[in-house]
Amino acid sequence: MASTQASKRPEPAGRGAISFWRHRGARNIAIQAVFLVAVVAVIAYFYNNMIRGLNELGLTFGYRFLGLEAGFAISEGIAYQPSDSYARALLVGIVNTVKVTLAGIVAASLIGLVVGVASLSSNWLVRSLARVYVEVFRNVPLLLQLLFWYSAVILKLPPVRQSVEVFRSFFLNQRGLYLPRLIAGQGFSSWLWFAGLALVAGVAVYFGVRRRLKRLDRPGFPSLWALGTTLLIAALGWFLVPHPPLDVDPPVLQRFNFTGGMHLSPEFAAILLGLSVYTGAFIAEVVRGGIQAVDRGQSEAALALGLRPWAVMYLVVLPQALRVIVPPVTSQYLNLAKNSSLAVAIGYPELFNVGTTIMNQTGQTLPVFTLIMACYLSLSLITSAFMNWYNRKMRLDER
Amino acid sequence: MNVSQSDDIIICEDVHKWFGDFHVLKGISVRIGRGEKVVICGPSGSGKSTFIRTLNRLEHHQRGRIIVDGIELTDDLKNIEAIRRETGMVFQQFNLFPHLTVLQNITLGPIWVRKMKKSEAAELAMSLLERVGIPEQAHKYPSQLSGGQQQRVAIARALAMQPKIMLFDEPTSALDPEMIKEVLDVMRELAQSGITMLVVTHEMGFAREVADRILFFDQGQIVEEAPPHEFFAAPKHERTKLFLSQILHH
Ligand SMILES: Nc1ncnc2c1ncn2[C@@H]1O[C@H](COP(=O)(O)OP(=O)(O)OP(=O)(O)O)[C@@H](O)[C@H]1O
Ligand SMILES: [Mg+2]
Repeated sequence: MASTQASKRPEPAGRGAISFWRHRGARNIAIQAVFLVAVVAVIAYFYNNMIRGLNELGLTFGYRFLGLEAGFAISEGIAYQPSDSYARALLVGIVNTVKVTLAGIVAASLIGLVVGVASLSSNWLVRSLARVYVEVFRNVPLLLQLLFWYSAVILKLPPVRQSVEVFRSFFLNQRGLYLPRLIAGQGFSSWLWFAGLALVAGVAVYFGVRRRLKRLDRPGFPSLWALGTTLLIAALGWFLVPHPPLDVDPPVLQRFNFTGGMHLSPEFAAILLGLSVYTGAFIAEVVRGGIQAVDRGQSEAALALGLRPWAVMYLVVLPQALRVIVPPVTSQYLNLAKNSSLAVAIGYPELFNVGTTIMNQTGQTLPVFTLIMACYLSLSLITSAFMNWYNRKMRLDER
Repeated sequence: MNVSQSDDIIICEDVHKWFGDFHVLKGISVRIGRGEKVVICGPSGSGKSTFIRTLNRLEHHQRGRIIVDGIELTDDLKNIEAIRRETGMVFQQFNLFPHLTVLQNITLGPIWVRKMKKSEAAELAMSLLERVGIPEQAHKYPSQLSGGQQQRVAIARALAMQPKIMLFDEPTSALDPEMIKEVLDVMRELAQSGITMLVVTHEMGFAREVADRILFFDQGQIVEEAPPHEFFAAPKHERTKLFLSQILHH
């Protein structure tokens, strides 16, 4: 037995008094508190400065101006007149931003997927074209590309009377793209019955197939069966209804312009083209990297088991590639949303464009700025929340 | 060997393969009997891996014929699938699917290729895991296992397809020495079962004990083939002697 009086061992951690500045938890709390105080102080300082500045100009900080009449025109978007309020004008901008962002995300994803897979093709020409595409569009500034699409391509299209036409129903000219629109026809209401039936049948098939698979104790694709059933019944209804349920409303050339159909403005076309071509190049790289990250041994092992190529892709390669692909693609989507503000350079009336106009007219720089920032922030947060949800769901599904 | 023709489960006639300009397999002709255990050895780069990979079409040969269990390997996808269902393969790097559990790794083939019920496939998988000695690992992911355990799962995965032929490409080369034995033990046990085995390996002890015949590859050709006692006691070819002296006095 060792003598107790000779013991000089230090106190074990967590017992006895540790001096305050050596305690890990206490130190962390102290650092955070100091940081918080500093941040609040800085904000207070700037806020004070701002209020003083506004007072000198005879202005006050507030959002009441949003109710005032805007008084300026917006070239496209949801219903709006110059006599509407600033708030309404801002809403037009928001909707336009969301519209171009969503369309851009879809188009960029498609481009990215196709080009990414193509850059791994065994065909030399296909592979090289994909590489050139990626290198060109990834390395030229987006602003330059937007101006190029707008002024060098779209505005150089022929005038209205000499439109480029495809199938006598798509018309491309300096004023943008005119295309046919589908509208409810005479048979629409009777066809709706079929559509309803199709939906009900789809749901029934989904649960039926799921139960059957459960009984058979086999994996399968109930949602594909459901989708097939729904489409089949809806299509059947199309032929059985005496009058066509949907009519085509084509654009028709009048004296000076087209009427009917759908119209995409040159500004929208340019920004959509620019954003999706640019972001598509980045997504293509992500897709290529994701597929390459899956070792070749994985598909060899799956093939050796006798799995068909689609099953190798679906069961083995894709689940592993998606893990690598989804997070960086999310940040590409966020970039796309934020880059849509560059549309101000070609006059597409999105959020930033409308916002700066309001700023200039009212002088309310700060309130408008905070509003714009809040809008982009919410748009980004919603996008990443959705992608995170998808990512989590995908990982859980694998288990 | 004097096996009658119908007993040969693998027949290769003058098989050639090129990688670009590089002639990897230069006329391989060999017959392997049903239930025979064949060990393939030879220096690095001699085409051993390439050869056994042509047997289930992970590589395709450009000249000659390969007939596996009466089915000729051609570009006919149906034949390729049929042959792959008959042959299991075990790789040097295990190639387990990292996103699936051990159990799911093993049941994937039976469920999707053999169209087995999930519960039956799981039962089969559990019995195979018993056989390779790691039933308690069924619900772990491959990355949580040791190398030796991973390779045993890979063997179980291949066996789950109930193949007639098992191909092994250096199954112990990526393992630490203390794990080699546990994998070789499983392979020895498997050899008792009457399945046809082709094993590329440098484990000469295993070859001596288990093989019916040893094929010695050099520069894309089978230079020598003999039963183990003959192969080790009286190698005929100079290159075989050199190889054996290098590998045995190592
Ligand atoms: N995909 C390929 N493309 C080009 N050359 C290849 C390819 N695969 C293998 N080779 C070459 O073919 C030759 C034979 O390779 P193989 O892998 O069959 O040799 P091995 O006998 O298995 O050697 P080791 O003992 O090193 O595994 C080597 O020279 C290798 O470099
Ligand atoms: Mg090899």
